[in-house]
Amino acid sequence: MAKVSSPRDLEQYQKQAKAARDKIETFITMCGGTGCEGSGCREVIKEMDEKLAEKNLQESISLKVTGCQGFCEKGPLMVIRPAGNFYCNIQPDDVEEIIEKTVLKGESISRLEYQDPETEEKILKEEDIPFYQNQERLVFKNNGYISPTRIEDYFSVDGYSGLVEALFNMSQEEVIEEVVNSGLRGRGGGGFPTGQKWKLTYQEDSDPKYVICNSDEGDPGAYMDRSILEGNPHLVLEGMMIGAYAIGASQGFIYVRAEYPLAVKHINIAIEQAREWGLLGENILGSGFSFEVEIMEGAGAFICGEETALMASIEGKRGMPRPKPPFPATSGLWGQPTNINNVETLGNVPLIIKNGADWFNSIGTENSKGSKIFSLVGKVNNTGLIEVPMGITLREIVFDVGGGIPGGKEVKAVQSGGPSGGCIPKDLLDIPVDFDRLSEVGSIMGSGGLVVMDEDTCMVDVAKFFLDFTQDESCGECPPCRIGTRRMLEILNRITSGEGQEGDIELLERLGEDIIDTSLCGLGQTAPNPVISTIQYFKDEYEAHIYDKACPAGVCQDLIYYNIIEEECRACDRCRRVCPVEAIEGEPGGDPYILYDDICIRCGNCIEECPFSAIEIVPGQKE
Amino acid sequence: MAEISINGSSYQVDDDRTILSAASELGYDIPTLCHHSVISDCGACRVCLIENKKSGNLMPSCTTKVADGMVIETENKRLRRARKTVIELLLSDHPNDCMTCEADGNCELQDLAYEFGIDEPPYGGFKEEPRFTIERDNPFIEHDPDKCILCGRCTRVDQEVQCSDAIEFVERGFAAKVGAALKKDLGDEDSSCVFCGQCVEICPTGALSYAPSLGEGREYQLKKTETTCGYCGVGCKLELKSRNNKVVGAGSIYRDNLPNPDGEACVKGRFGYEFIDHPDRLTKPLIKDKESGEFKETDWEEALDYVADNFRRIKRDHGAEAFGALCSARCSNEENYLIQKLMRASIGTHTIDHCARL
Repeated sequence: MAKVSSPRDLEQYQKQAKAARDKIETFITMCGGTGCEGSGCREVIKEMDEKLAEKNLQESISLKVTGCQGFCEKGPLMVIRPAGNFYCNIQPDDVEEIIEKTVLKGESISRLEYQDPETEEKILKEEDIPFYQNQERLVFKNNGYISPTRIEDYFSVDGYSGLVEALFNMSQEEVIEEVVNSGLRGRGGGGFPTGQKWKLTYQEDSDPKYVICNSDEGDPGAYMDRSILEGNPHLVLEGMMIGAYAIGASQGFIYVRAEYPLAVKHINIAIEQAREWGLLGENILGSGFSFEVEIMEGAGAFICGEETALMASIEGKRGMPRPKPPFPATSGLWGQPTNINNVETLGNVPLIIKNGADWFNSIGTENSKGSKIFSLVGKVNNTGLIEVPMGITLREIVFDVGGGIPGGKEVKAVQSGGPSGGCIPKDLLDIPVDFDRLSEVGSIMGSGGLVVMDEDTCMVDVAKFFLDFTQDESCGECPPCRIGTRRMLEILNRITSGEGQEGDIELLERLGEDIIDTSLCGLGQTAPNPVISTIQYFKDEYEAHIYDKACPAGVCQDLIYYNIIEEECRACDRCRRVCPVEAIEGEPGGDPYILYDDICIRCGNCIEECPFSAIEIVPGQKE
Repeated sequence: MAEISINGSSYQVDDDRTILSAASELGYDIPTLCHHSVISDCGACRVCLIENKKSGNLMPSCTTKVADGMVIETENKRLRRARKTVIELLLSDHPNDCMTCEADGNCELQDLAYEFGIDEPPYGGFKEEPRFTIERDNPFIEHDPDKCILCGRCTRVDQEVQCSDAIEFVERGFAAKVGAALKKDLGDEDSSCVFCGQCVEICPTGALSYAPSLGEGREYQLKKTETTCGYCGVGCKLELKSRNNKVVGAGSIYRDNLPNPDGEACVKGRFGYEFIDHPDRLTKPLIKDKESGEFKETDWEEALDYVADNFRRIKRDHGAEAFGALCSARCSNEENYLIQKLMRASIGTHTIDHCARL
């Protein structure tokens, strides 16, 4: 086994890896992320492998299964390089044709090309697709190019050069200074300046010190960190090692959710490879710096994403947070100075060290530098993972990257920051994505969840959804979070079931403020945000629920009713047949049908079935 | 030393102290629930919050250390509201049964509800329906999770003082409660509980009670007598609680320089007091009737004369070494002292032993 024992060695291996890559005429990068796996990419990959073998093409054509390429909506997807043809929604049956036509003859297959949802125009090349065009891929840059399970691939993109730079050309103080100057802020949600955190840990006069990579990503619908670990684990490892060198730690922990099996697998492989190649262990590259890393798998508690709870969990205790101060930099894991960073934060570190603080600094806004990865979900055409420059507006994200709202609907709000964040109404979509601006409007940057909501979304229901999540995930330690969020949820349940009373909004606001003020950790301190921000911007919806007993968006079942529009009904009988509770009555071909509200369970079957759009949802309760 | 400002006055205090300890010593009254002097602090109950005037944050005074230049307030409108909300929330998940509760008059939650003038929590009132079942499968400790405020004092005294690791929080969020291993009873074979009773002692509410003491009297109805446990040579201090001349419980005494300064006890010291009032216990002297072979009740004068006469006879005929004394842990220390004095000084033998040594 080859060992990298000096910077020169590494340079040599990087050259070899690049040469090996450049020798291949065509390489097909197939997304193997969890999203595409869900859409069936494994079968396509298997088919592709078999076909290439059958046709004896393995020498000249390389199939590379990469990590998440971001465009999950369109998976399974592949890019045929160097031409750059982008194919999406691929089925195993398409493989033969792809090889024969595109790979061998250079012809494109229109069926598999991406179609712009707005213009309906077909787009052939990856770089021309607006979803990719409007992104700024720094951390994700190599996700679509390298195989995450091959360290040689990471070498081929100058992997570990950042580590060499730090270990051989910079003092610990210089590394910290560089990160401070870059303006990098924590990507896990807090937004604390990373360099500052490093400096505090570095300044502590105590041994041992620890570094922890927080990969306990838990926000519903968010999977940024998972995709980085799945797609480019060495990047995170390199970032961790640079951090460890800077603060003076020789032991690291990666705390990753057990529900991320592919991420766990890939980071395990990466650690194993790094160890074999001499990039982990004693005296790395002959620099005198030693570092080891251990993986801890979380047991599925959201609260363990909170740093003090995470450390308690590593220590083998129940994952419960403790008050800060003392901060982990002073007293962290086993009471020792500990630096804890999120996956995406660490993924930025090698780039900053390689390209310099000024480069990083030039991207973004005054107080928010670089890029941010979001998981763009909800009522938007292009759902998936996006990496955009700080300062981009929410409108650009929703319409340029996200391709707008499906079905010609209007956007209503964007929810950022997951269950700790807030809902930003459409009037504010022109604000730049920036730590400070988002918090000014009552939300947070958070770890990167972005949920787009259209006019059919009930904001009280949204608030209820997020609060239901947080109250369920509360550890139960402090009363405001344990009982307070529960009481807020009860009030919301009351409101959405038609039993809202005067004073409920004020009670929610008051209790929410107190929970924020008195909770022990970040979970409780932010849990009321979705409620407070929806009351702030959509108070009329709350009032409609409470006073008019109506859900304007037509979502809350107790506050709507179904109505058959007599003029539209052709008495085709289809609605009656699909109704599971016999709430619809009528004679085929006779008078317009009648729907009995007291029997109707608002399942929506009839609305879907009606070919004439004769059944409508009416906000309110039937007289 | 650190210079800090509390409610507008400046003080010099040791910089290794918590705000709570420094402020309390200076006479500021900060309410607490999860704090107790014999265990570590965790800042969980949120009642001891103070306001840091520089950062604008509310911080738990029990875990936050003082720092030079710190400006804090221990009492203001915001804090009163914050603390009141926390207590209201606790009460909203607590039965309103102080009338019949074992802990009435000895409940810190009750005291705070009174202090903050809470009639009824504004979130649907008190807890009407219990969410848990009362755990009473062992003869010593009864646990009613519905009265628990999850302050964690019991788990910390269990883990830090007794080192039993018998109880910990189980479940999450609103379903969280304190429980024993594998969600079984404290007396289960998998449980490491030794029934020292320190969790009951330290519980600020009626969630944990001594099963044998149930219904025997409220704290304020009991007479407290400080005593030394006679079961072994450690000499733990206990506070025997009695009502109508009957011992109904053994409480802890928390005081420095005791063999058990953190209120420790073992299962015998804590629960083994039943013999005091046991019907089989001898309360009058008995002399064996030589003819019938049965013991007959007599008065002390006759009994002592009988013993003294026989002691005298034995010593005369067989010497002092014919005597040996075995005394009992169930006698008081004074009694134990007297028996050895009697043996050494008047009989003249050193053959004395005590059951605690066996």
